[in-house]
Amino acid sequence: MSDRLYVGTRKGLFEITRRPGVWDIADVHFLGDPVTAVLARRNVVHAALDLGHFGAKLWRRDGTEAWREIAVPAFPPKPEDAGDDPHPWTLGKIWNLTPGGADGRLWAGTMPGGLFRSDDLGESWSLIETLWRMPERRKWFGVAGGEQPGISTVLVDPRDSADIRVGVSCAGVWASTDSGATWRNINKGMDNEYMPPEQRGDPMTQDIHQLAHCTASPDVVWCQHHSAVYRSEDAGENWRQLKAARPSAFGFAVAAHPHDPKTAWFVPADKDERRVPVDGKVVVSRTRDGGESFQVLSRGLPQRHAYDLVHRHALAVDDSGERLAFGSTSGGLWISEDGGESWTGLDARLPPVAAVRFAVT
Amino acid sequence: MKGTTVPTVIFTRQLERFVAAPTVEVAGATLGEVLDAVFSENPALRGYVLDDQGALRPHVAVFVDGRPAADRTGLTDAVGPDDEIYVFQALSGG
Repeated sequence: MSDRLYVGTRKGLFEITRRPGVWDIADVHFLGDPVTAVLARRNVVHAALDLGHFGAKLWRRDGTEAWREIAVPAFPPKPEDAGDDPHPWTLGKIWNLTPGGADGRLWAGTMPGGLFRSDDLGESWSLIETLWRMPERRKWFGVAGGEQPGISTVLVDPRDSADIRVGVSCAGVWASTDSGATWRNINKGMDNEYMPPEQRGDPMTQDIHQLAHCTASPDVVWCQHHSAVYRSEDAGENWRQLKAARPSAFGFAVAAHPHDPKTAWFVPADKDERRVPVDGKVVVSRTRDGGESFQVLSRGLPQRHAYDLVHRHALAVDDSGERLAFGSTSGGLWISEDGGESWTGLDARLPPVAAVRFAVT
Repeated sequence: MKGTTVPTVIFTRQLERFVAAPTVEVAGATLGEVLDAVFSENPALRGYVLDDQGALRPHVAVFVDGRPAADRTGLTDAVGPDDEIYVFQALSGG
């Protein structure tokens, strides 16, 4: 059970802690600076900043020591023969930070689609060249109003840290069973409805908003796709669309229950042109039967003229599966301690929220 | 500096929130040489001004002797010994 939450926003990193029954802001870091990803494990906190003018940066705090700027993932010199590469060989932003299972290992998913690995808690990074130099990578395309594709999710199999899956917006799901030496595009059974008809089923055109797996049963993977909600029981090879999703199938975020492979949460929105909560009501959608049915959870959430959108990394569940939190583009932050049945809003008006993570001890 | 004249590089004060960026006098005949000299003394500053490929970041403005840097990727603009180089941020909102 986690008592500490980190919320990365457009204007800083907010540290929120639980005192008996009440969650409140305990500290504010990097006030004024955009925070794009955060990770808090074993008393070490990483925060990725996107300074706009001055680029993406990575900072680390060990315990109560002062924050320290550490290395940022960097692309190698662009070769002469890469002139027609549609994507820049320059770090746009760090979109997620994921623990790698092995000691000191971290994965960083970035825009424009580079995957980086660190084996020293972020002191140094190396580009996974096999994925970046793959000819198919040039066909990946951009998201989020930008021209750059982004690696939105990295899943590391808890049973084998060499077995990883990355979800790309937009380029489907890619799998490696050898720590990134070789790659395979998986994800059969998805359909991207905004593509031309002959490309809708192509695994490589799938717009993977986010993936989440069940820690205890990691072959069970959930996907919030641009066009639908999917579930896989074979670690992302084959997907089944969950047609019962409601009140809509569009959204960005998904959280998987860490122990129960049949439970997951989504934060749906009116698709796709509007991207606001359906009927102006903020709700969380939960399934507890593997996607056969969904409950629309609204207790404690704004139900009148609420236009909060929840982005990919802004919904989190703790390691108990009981505590959840999500933050919105309007600066709302809600926390549940009962698996999503009821929610309490933080008494604050935060900047737009990009990333929410519970601290893991 | 010991009777010799070398270019002066002045950074926006905005950078001080993140990284030390004092005004420095360093030798160099091109913008690239001057910046290299700055960053060899202060490596943490490099990534704030240049991108992964060594080009000026898109929203960093550089003026050499009052003129905007013309070659933002090769950094070949000539720099005179009396020149002042200003490195600051282009405007943006939000």
